[in-house]
Amino acid sequence: MELSSHSRRGGAQPARRWINLLLGSGVLASIAAFVYPAIRYIIPPPVSESTSNSVIAAKTGELRNNNGKIFKFGSKPALLVRLADGTYRAFSAVCTHLNCTVQYREDIREIWCACHNGIYDLQGRNVSGPPPRSLEVFEVHVRGEDVVVSRKA
Amino acid sequence: MTPVYRRVFAWLDERFGAGSIEEFLRHKIIPVHRHTLWYYFGGMTLFLFIIQVLTGILLLLYYRPTQSDAFESVQYIVTQVRFGWLIRSVHSWSANLMIFTALVHMFSVYFLKAYRKPRELTWITGMLLLFLVLGFGFSGYLLPWNTLAYFATKVGTEMAGSIPLMGRWLLIYLRGGEEVTGATLTRFFGFHVAVLPGLATLMLAMHLLLVQRLGMSVPPSVERAIAEGRQPARSMPFFPNFLLRDIMGWYAALGVLGALAAIFPWELGTKADPFAPAPAGIRPEWYFLFMFQTLKYIPAKVLFLEGEFAGLLAFGAAAAVWVAVPFIDYKAGFGRVTRFFSGLGIFALGYMAVMSALALR
Repeated sequence: MELSSHSRRGGAQPARRWINLLLGSGVLASIAAFVYPAIRYIIPPPVSESTSNSVIAAKTGELRNNNGKIFKFGSKPALLVRLADGTYRAFSAVCTHLNCTVQYREDIREIWCACHNGIYDLQGRNVSGPPPRSLEVFEVHVRGEDVVVSRKA
Repeated sequence: MTPVYRRVFAWLDERFGAGSIEEFLRHKIIPVHRHTLWYYFGGMTLFLFIIQVLTGILLLLYYRPTQSDAFESVQYIVTQVRFGWLIRSVHSWSANLMIFTALVHMFSVYFLKAYRKPRELTWITGMLLLFLVLGFGFSGYLLPWNTLAYFATKVGTEMAGSIPLMGRWLLIYLRGGEEVTGATLTRFFGFHVAVLPGLATLMLAMHLLLVQRLGMSVPPSVERAIAEGRQPARSMPFFPNFLLRDIMGWYAALGVLGALAAIFPWELGTKADPFAPAPAGIRPEWYFLFMFQTLKYIPAKVLFLEGEFAGLLAFGAAAAVWVAVPFIDYKAGFGRVTRFFSGLGIFALGYMAVMSALALR
């Protein structure tokens, strides 16, 4: 009697293991099927980057010497600087440290980020404070009345 | 004729044994000694949290969480809606006072070693609540969509983005895209009014349950003095003695809140413009100042790490140690007080104070 019940239990074990495995993987798969769409939903679909490679940043009479202005380049801010000698330079205005928007400081004649006191020179090089990299430099052309800024090829 | 409330109570007692709650309240006691004052800060934080929930619900009646409307809707609340300025200012002031009292509560628990066995889980749930409160602060700060908040959010989320491997994913998750935009505002709104309140309520329930289960901790120095017969073990009933003192404090806090809101209404600032430079003198809320100032001092590269990630790693490690302190300082559980942890606490407090002061210079 005891022997037969023992063998019956023993005989049932592999089948039970199979059932547990099937049930377990079924439950796991359904959890994955619930969680996966939710995670994909959380991450927003990519926005197509604006492909504009050049933009009119200002009119020629707009900026005095030793002055700067922020303009919109694609979806990001950029900085147009008119140096003391009247020439133009343009940079990305996004600080390479933590993404704040930089500005031209007439008093020190450098580019300054107010957030953490980062300073760049007029070549866009990070010269002081926490920024780890130079600002991206753009090309500037004056076409008639327009100051045109374009990405370097 | 028994009073109505007695009859209601009897009715409830018959249904689910409400009498045991009364029984519990009757036996709950608060130890009385020279550090009893610090017991009030947890309850005060809870009270301010309730103020936040109530004023937050009121603000929801008029606030609109979109890039084009958020600033204008807050402007509308403070200029057109009757007592809107009061509700909004109380919400902002109460938020700041709540973070202050939560910090006082946390440091008093730390220095009085109330985290020691068996209260490790109370400490951990409390720390998680503190992180949630900071999350409330960070997400709520953006909601008026003003210039300061815009750049604070840019910097804060960019820091999260500096984490290797998952940083980019995290940044896009937080911002709802590559940049801080209206999508970020909508997300932060969701965090602020749904995700965080849900988590905070759950965590708060656990925290309070543990406090009720374990009772108030008596500081080791007082415990020793009582054991050596140098002072008697005094206590007062929680209900009504301590609760009435609590309520007195809350009543005073309401007065302070009203006065602050009326005399120093919370600034709205200027509407965020993604194409304007960060204004000079920009800085985060006072409770993030010490991290902000540290960021200014960290060079672009620390060993082989990006500077901001090194900073984040250091703060993350410090926070992890802080959360785990009941397990690191396990000796406190046997009544052995090590000076090291008190020193560590003083260092942490000193660091935060000095860095914040430097940031305000």
